[in-house]
Amino acid sequence: MEIKETSETIVTEFDNFDDWMDKYNYLIELGKSLPMIDEKYKVESNLISGCQSRVWLHAEFDGDHVYFTADSDAVITKGIANLLIRVYSGHTPQEILDASTEFVKEIGLTEHLSPTRSNGLMSMIKQIKMYALAFRTKQVLNS
Amino acid sequence: MELQKQTFDPILIRRDFPILSRTVYNKPLIYFDNAATTQKPRVVLDALMDYYTGYNANVHRGVHHLSQLATEAFEQVREDIRKFINAKYTHEIIYTRGCTEAINLVASSWGRMNLNEGDEVLISELEHHSNIVPWQMICEEKHAHIKVIPINENGTLDMGAFYKLLNSKTKMLAVSHVSNTLGTINPVKELIRAAHDNGTLVLIDGAQALSHIMVDVQDMDCDFYTFSAHKVYGPLGIGGLYGKEKLLEEMPPYQGGGEMIDSVTFEKTTYNELPFKFEAGTPNVAGAIGFGAALKYISGIGIDVIAEYENQLLEYATRKLIEKKNITIIGQAPEKAAIISFLIDHIHPYDAGTILDQLGIAVRTGSHCTQPLMDRYGIHGTIRASFAFYNTKTEIDSMIDAFIKVEQLFL
Repeated sequence: MEIKETSETIVTEFDNFDDWMDKYNYLIELGKSLPMIDEKYKVESNLISGCQSRVWLHAEFDGDHVYFTADSDAVITKGIANLLIRVYSGHTPQEILDASTEFVKEIGLTEHLSPTRSNGLMSMIKQIKMYALAFRTKQVLNS
Repeated sequence: MELQKQTFDPILIRRDFPILSRTVYNKPLIYFDNAATTQKPRVVLDALMDYYTGYNANVHRGVHHLSQLATEAFEQVREDIRKFINAKYTHEIIYTRGCTEAINLVASSWGRMNLNEGDEVLISELEHHSNIVPWQMICEEKHAHIKVIPINENGTLDMGAFYKLLNSKTKMLAVSHVSNTLGTINPVKELIRAAHDNGTLVLIDGAQALSHIMVDVQDMDCDFYTFSAHKVYGPLGIGGLYGKEKLLEEMPPYQGGGEMIDSVTFEKTTYNELPFKFEAGTPNVAGAIGFGAALKYISGIGIDVIAEYENQLLEYATRKLIEKKNITIIGQAPEKAAIISFLIDHIHPYDAGTILDQLGIAVRTGSHCTQPLMDRYGIHGTIRASFAFYNTKTEIDSMIDAFIKVEQLFL
């Protein structure tokens, strides 16, 4: 699925919830079901700074597509990481770089989970884009 | 007045604080983040409004009527602060932006003049980053060293270690009066006496103390005492430094600019007298006037009455938290201000704090700007509930009830 389609699906999912507790419930479920990152990647260098909870983000590049795995010691943060992985993982660096981050606003995440909450949402997106940029540069140099 | 003190009623007090009647996500606000900043009573907001609508002017300079009114009010508050902390002279009170700037002022001005290579500045493991980093900066510059008083498991200072750490190289002892994370009230009089016997000066970081306990700088005999108005029901961006006259006289200015000078030529500037020597630039006049209103307000209630009621809240919350078997309180010093840090088993503080917020309960989660203290306990953060005299036992019950919701979601 395209990044745009996935993010639209997520927006629809969140639209179905009437109150914020349901949204959190869903984020918590997503957090609990986040595929585990390989323990060897839970290292200092994969830690994202600027979060109140610890978040590890690992990226792998097969030459065409980028695959992300993540973990956090806070469940809500893991839920957010799960959403972002669903949206961005398995795409080309260029697609990731071109992708809009509007869906975050549309599901109300920025309102309720603004960067000031130190949940790492914006830091995670920034880091995802940074990885994409690095891999894109690698592609250009190799071609 | 005595009668009024005996009938202290938090429900009536709450009416003085407009913000407390608002809702958050359609739920009544329960504000337990008072150690971060306190809410402002109507009299403080009125004082700010009166200043800006009635006599806004720059201070000390103008010959005109408004400037005189503003200067009188601004200087009256300096006297009010002196009285509140029982300093000897009004000019021993220096206005700053807050506690952090006050510590920076001493570290920078006193430190640059007095610290030499190999000297030591003694702090504690409990300190807020504001009472660590300014000392690190000046120590690095002067090739001096930071030494740290460790704490016991219950959050009290290890006094045995303190006495061993004091030595001929210890030039400054800088410790908090009350720990912002654990609530521990440090034995400042004993620390100061021992430091002075050793020829060491003492700075007490009073950020968390002024709103909770009676502060008497002469009785304490500290050399410097620092505070922020916004933690004492006053406005943001104003606070102060108390320093003993003799020390302040000897210290060089901290920043250059207007107000702090006596005469300026391009060759030589002579500095103004105390306290103006340390107050470069236009000060936060409105903030000071608001601070004055806040001090008057809490003096009217009585800091002893406030302390007694807040102790009741602390004891009640502690008992309720202990009853919940899955909660661990971090820091159980025998002498505490109304600040309580804790962890819920298997639930990250951020997760708990996020859900509490959705229920209208404002707590702080994280390291509370005390990362070395978190390292000491081997944790990454806590949930912190910090109370003020407008909080109630009913609100504490609501928080305890909210934990059930949190547990349902995460466990």
